[in-house]
Amino acid sequence: MQAFARLLDALSFQPARNAKLRLIEAYLRETPDPDRGWALAALTGGLDFAAAKPALLRSFGHEKIGEELFHLSYDYVGDLAETLALIWETKPDAGPPPSLGEVVETLQRATKMQTPAILKRWLDELDATGRWALLKLLTGALRVGVSARLAKQAVANIGSQPVAEVEEVWHGLSAPYRPLFDWLTADGPKPASNMGGAFLSPMLANPIDRAEIDTLDPAHFRAEWKWDGIRVQVASLGGVKRLFSRAGEDVSGAFPDIVEAIDFEGVFDGELLVRRDEAVAPFNDLQQRLNRKTVTPKMLKEHPAHVRLYDVLWLDGEDLRALSFDERRTRLEAWMAEKPRPRFDISPLVRFADWAHLATLREEMRQDGIEGLMLKRGDAPYLAGRPKGPWFKWKRDPMLADCVMMYAQRGHGKRSSFYSDYTFGAWRETAEGKRELAPVGKAYFGFTDEELRWLDKWVRDHTTNRFGPVREVEQQLVLEVAFDGVARSTRHKSGVSLRFPRINRIRTDKPAAEADTVDTLLHLVP
Amino acid sequence: MAVNRAVITHGHGDHARPGHRSALATPETLAIMRTRFQDMPDTTQQPLKYGDTVTMGDVSVSLVPAGHILGSAQAVLEHKGQRIVVSGDYKRRPDATCPPFEPVPCDVFITEATFALPVFHHPSDAGEIGKLLRSLETFPERTHLVGVYALGKCQRVIKLLRAAGYDKRIWLHGALASLCKLYEANGVELGDTALISDAILETFKGQIVLCPPSAIADRWSRRFADPIAAMASGWMGVRARARQRGAELPLIISDHADWSELTQTLKDVGAPKVWVTHGREEALVAYARSIGIDGEALHLGGREEEDES
Repeated sequence: MQAFARLLDALSFQPARNAKLRLIEAYLRETPDPDRGWALAALTGGLDFAAAKPALLRSFGHEKIGEELFHLSYDYVGDLAETLALIWETKPDAGPPPSLGEVVETLQRATKMQTPAILKRWLDELDATGRWALLKLLTGALRVGVSARLAKQAVANIGSQPVAEVEEVWHGLSAPYRPLFDWLTADGPKPASNMGGAFLSPMLANPIDRAEIDTLDPAHFRAEWKWDGIRVQVASLGGVKRLFSRAGEDVSGAFPDIVEAIDFEGVFDGELLVRRDEAVAPFNDLQQRLNRKTVTPKMLKEHPAHVRLYDVLWLDGEDLRALSFDERRTRLEAWMAEKPRPRFDISPLVRFADWAHLATLREEMRQDGIEGLMLKRGDAPYLAGRPKGPWFKWKRDPMLADCVMMYAQRGHGKRSSFYSDYTFGAWRETAEGKRELAPVGKAYFGFTDEELRWLDKWVRDHTTNRFGPVREVEQQLVLEVAFDGVARSTRHKSGVSLRFPRINRIRTDKPAAEADTVDTLLHLVP
Repeated sequence: MAVNRAVITHGHGDHARPGHRSALATPETLAIMRTRFQDMPDTTQQPLKYGDTVTMGDVSVSLVPAGHILGSAQAVLEHKGQRIVVSGDYKRRPDATCPPFEPVPCDVFITEATFALPVFHHPSDAGEIGKLLRSLETFPERTHLVGVYALGKCQRVIKLLRAAGYDKRIWLHGALASLCKLYEANGVELGDTALISDAILETFKGQIVLCPPSAIADRWSRRFADPIAAMASGWMGVRARARQRGAELPLIISDHADWSELTQTLKDVGAPKVWVTHGREEALVAYARSIGIDGEALHLGGREEEDES
């Protein structure tokens, strides 16, 4: 438990992806089974205890130091689990701290009545970091900025395997993943991929622009609309039906309407959308349904989910990935024609004569829910990862707005001495008729290294206020911000949120007063 | 605030100010003040060694080790059989750069309260230094920048690294140079140290560099390859604080007493009256009252919370 706690502690302060990977790899190499397997389960979201409710933690705290001191402490720290971890002291005569395996196995067996006493014993035995990690684990909120995908990447790295190999066997395994570690670190056999709802690493596309397209032969390529939804894999075999995100996370729980509609066997690639009256709803509608463990009947009715298929990887027990795109497409269309398949349809091919024609079609397509075009070689097999050449995405040009920089925050790692995260605002009128800037977004890329140096200096020279790592700046600098969409938001003070915002240009030529208004942005909401 | 006669507990900026007509302090503290305040030609300096006593009017004054930094002392004032102890800043755990705190039984104890909340239980120094050394093993190509306050924390961190067996060169930001020299002149051996500005053809990969906390965010730090920002301070024990300071490797190393040291000290000195100042007075006053001590908050001006802790 202490080693796992030190890992979580280090991860929670280390923002860089590669550094996080290194930390997890070092832990997995040094830690014996089954602890490392349980740790992997915790990092990939596979452990769910919720054995400690806030009220229990609070009562522990009151018991330990009294209500007044606990209140002062919680007020200062701001996080209940952390407060309790800090005020509790390791008992000098306590036994050795529990291992992670012991914690997990004990909790799986313990009754609700027994848990508090066990918990107190562990709190006595662990140090402050250990207590913090234990309480985070028990309250079901690690929040150390590690995705399941990143954890799988780390496991793959210690065995020098591509992550796709790990993902393929992942869903046939369960914690503490002994066969996986045997395979990766001790010459054990590769675990069976268990095609019953296994996740197959998807094929990804590279971005392309008009100039590069002209170097390609249009006869080799097929075009599809690029839908503004979530890439998913529909996997069904031997009665196991699952819906996976592009990163291999099982999102079936949030989409029972889709899972219920699966009455076939196979693995399909497609786009998850919310579809209302035959039309694709804005991305924001889909967002309402993401990141939920369960979903209400009202949600199911008002935000009906739909999968628009564009590829088939397995069908009726046969792996089709080695076939060409054209062959797979023929199989997919024939399968769809067999019978009505509610909640599923096929993304149509966009017919075009040459690139100029396709460019015109792309320009004219103003329909909601379309981000641009996908280009796929007709003769290419389905390859995991992002191979160069067979698939391209040709996105619609981004929307642009001129905003004013309001705050700047220091970055991390290589950027820790640079003010590299910018919050920018647009103008609006207050109730008293005064003009003010309302923050509409935050961006930390899109600029060159040279522009970053210039922006950093500008921030330092125009600071009006400091709040820890954040500087407030004079409302003078106009930033042209590029983004892929706008939605109304109740969480933002300005009432709008931008999708995927980045700094497109620094507009030193434009006076701040002439920057865009919140109203202008609201007009862009579909 | 400059006064006629000052008794100075230690050299930190919120306790030692220039401009007094006369200043009484340990020889080490006076040396620190001369380094920081351009030799203080206008101040009459009265060095008083630990354990010696002087009389001012009908009050006798002596200085007793406080275990905070080099030269730090508690001021013990006696008048007609009544004894008041002004702790200044102090800690109770061992520190290779200064003699340990000595509890003095007294009638009134004036205590600091920087970390006076039950959430502050500073872990072992060796464990925290271990975190830094482990990070060097995991990231052997990254420069480890450690933010330290120039007076006290800097030299203590160096001594802790040496005690952990780290005998390689430790690089210093220029702002740390004069006080390190002063510590060495006072018998605190720091081993192989060098100034960043003296480095020739050095990439600092996998090296430890000490600097003032503000330098990490400064353009100065751009010379290092992919640095990791470590920060050595008692505040690092609380995650939100560590994050706010931009620490990627928080090291909980403090020169102040934590909650258990503070409460233990109240018991050790046995004063029926305790005045609490410099920090979170509320919690310690509440605690003192709960064990039958007449505790009271003493609000003093001019405190600078952050960097010196």
